[in-house]
Amino acid sequence: MRFGKTILSAMVAGIAALALFMAPAIAQPTIKIAYTGQLSGPAAQVGDAEIKQMQYIIDLMNAKGGALGRKLELVPFDNKSQPADALIALKNATDQNISFIVNCGASNVSAALIDGVNKHNERNPGNRIIYLNCGGVATELTNDLCSFWHFRFDLNVTQKVEAMVKALPKTVTKVYLLNQDYLFGQSVQRDVKIFLAKNRPDVQVVGDELIPLLKVQDFSPYITKIKASGAQALLTGNWGPDMNLLIKAGLSMGIDISYYTFYAHLAGGASAIGPDGDGKVFAVMAFGENVPSDIGNTEAEAWTSGFRANNNFDFIGATVFRSTIEHLVAAINKAGSLDAFKVASAMEDHRMKDFLGFDNWMRADDHQLQSAYYVGAFQRGVKYDSEKTGLGWKTATIIKSDEVVQPTSCKMRRPRN
Amino acid sequence: MEVFVVSLLNGLVYGMLLFMLASGLTLIFSMMGVLNFAHASAYMIGAYFAYTLSLYVGFWVALIVAPILCGLLGAAIEMWGLRRVHKNGHIAELLFTFGLALIIEKVVQMTWGLIAVPYRIPSGLDFPLFDLWGTQFPAYRAFMLLISALMFLSIWLGLTRTRIGLVIQAALTHPDMAGALGHNVPRVFTMVFAAGTALAGLAGVIGGNYRVTEPGMAFSMGPIVFVVVVFGGLGSLTGCFIASILMGLIQTFAVVLDYSLADLLEVFGFVVTKATPGSEFLMVTLPRIAALLPFILLVLILVLRPRGLLGTRDT
Repeated sequence: MRFGKTILSAMVAGIAALALFMAPAIAQPTIKIAYTGQLSGPAAQVGDAEIKQMQYIIDLMNAKGGALGRKLELVPFDNKSQPADALIALKNATDQNISFIVNCGASNVSAALIDGVNKHNERNPGNRIIYLNCGGVATELTNDLCSFWHFRFDLNVTQKVEAMVKALPKTVTKVYLLNQDYLFGQSVQRDVKIFLAKNRPDVQVVGDELIPLLKVQDFSPYITKIKASGAQALLTGNWGPDMNLLIKAGLSMGIDISYYTFYAHLAGGASAIGPDGDGKVFAVMAFGENVPSDIGNTEAEAWTSGFRANNNFDFIGATVFRSTIEHLVAAINKAGSLDAFKVASAMEDHRMKDFLGFDNWMRADDHQLQSAYYVGAFQRGVKYDSEKTGLGWKTATIIKSDEVVQPTSCKMRRPRN
Repeated sequence: MEVFVVSLLNGLVYGMLLFMLASGLTLIFSMMGVLNFAHASAYMIGAYFAYTLSLYVGFWVALIVAPILCGLLGAAIEMWGLRRVHKNGHIAELLFTFGLALIIEKVVQMTWGLIAVPYRIPSGLDFPLFDLWGTQFPAYRAFMLLISALMFLSIWLGLTRTRIGLVIQAALTHPDMAGALGHNVPRVFTMVFAAGTALAGLAGVIGGNYRVTEPGMAFSMGPIVFVVVVFGGLGSLTGCFIASILMGLIQTFAVVLDYSLADLLEVFGFVVTKATPGSEFLMVTLPRIAALLPFILLVLILVLRPRGLLGTRDT
């Protein structure tokens, strides 16, 4: 019995000593970054893919030393891609005293988060949070809805449209517009015409069509109409089946046009389009896996192909997600604190080079990142193919960050501290 | 002329694809009174089966085997699911098939993933058959037309010229009498359900690579097929055929006709301007609502002629 007690007290002493020894490690907790996205429901893979890409980036940042000597940690919260659930995720994040929340849209979710973050920060000055937006792209979010606490790292729709117009080859003088009949499709339709008039007055719009959202089963009649119009390029904001079926119908009928899209490079696009799309389909994209090799950046290529080796989907978030985290880390280091106000102030007007070597900067006026963008051509013979189709996105046009700078209507309200 | 001929062909191909889907549904609907929400799911499963089979045994074997598998699945659903639910009336059946459609979609998502699978047109049929003013007519479309025409012919012959067809027709109108005469009506029901599902599966095999094979394909195709069945009239294969072609042509031609109500009024000397009350509605062009026209027609026919085009009894 006495013997047992001795052992026990020795053990207690040992554990206490161990705890003392470990104390410095415990005193350096991680910097938590909340992530909210669709982690359940029909598009759960979207959120899952986002987390895998972000984790890959955070691992790299941690290997480089993290921020303020502390490691970064991603804390995921499901939002089912619903605005109401996103607000619950925001509440969970603030309950854990997390100062940063990352979300990549959709735009209605982003709008809810901006509103939620504004209200929360006003009511809880001691526990404020910054919203890092990596994909809610409605232009309004950095115009009329702009907020000091919101930073967007993907280009907005209007900028993407300008990028698309700038990527049109000089030989194209007749274009056909076909968009879905709802807010996004209509804004693409409107913006394309504005930027064509501004940048390419020689281009004539020979057709302008709105289709009911996700209702059209057969696109052949539209193709017949496009053919009859004599268009050389089809510009469309369509996504999902409305894009896939449209392109497939056009390819199968063999009409001689190029397809300019915003979404063909996303998951499922390459599989749906298939080999017939060789050289005909273009996508305005933040990143394509062939960009590093096309610009001859071997370091960036090694890093992105490292992701490709362990995942069966394209690393489409490489630039946007990495810029998000890099700007955040730089701002934290510059502010020397995790205080949301100090970090947000440090992020304003912050300039850096992205991992491909292109300049980007977080414009203070509206918190819209001005970054390089790409237009990819879907074709054979690329170094990295997409979804094992043998075809991939070749970098056709590089749009530098100063090429799509646009005015903003944002009247930024900055808190005093 | 060019647009007219090409549109005619487009409408025909789309109409025949609709018919392939709707024929099975109209059999099931008219015979058993079951509004089978899971019908389009069989179409989806057919496409996925065909995709997986074509990876191992090629498209032509899949063309035969996938519909048979779908038919077996349909038989199983009827025998072990629907028949039990049948006792509790139409609402229970409706809910059963609705639930089934959701489950099938989930299972497909879990098995084949959420994004489209690369189910391709077989290389033997992947060439343009002929050229119309620069628009190619793919050989695969001709193949689709051929298959659906054969399908129409064989169903029609089967129903009107064979003994089993007569029994089905009898059970369709007088199930109790057919049963009293010694025919195994439940087995006929199983057969019809299986055949209907197999036809939807065949439509999936043919349509899956012509269109895109993805988990949303059932729900996107479902509503329009119901429109065709109701529009054509219950129990009428010919009505279903006419309705399919009509829907195909209406949707196709609506897209190429850039007119609005305002243009119609202008013919009568009434000019619509921005200031006219309701001008936004009047100026909506036909192509913009082309995909909604079938649903407008559905409402109209339910109001004006509830039994449908060639139906023999009210909906």
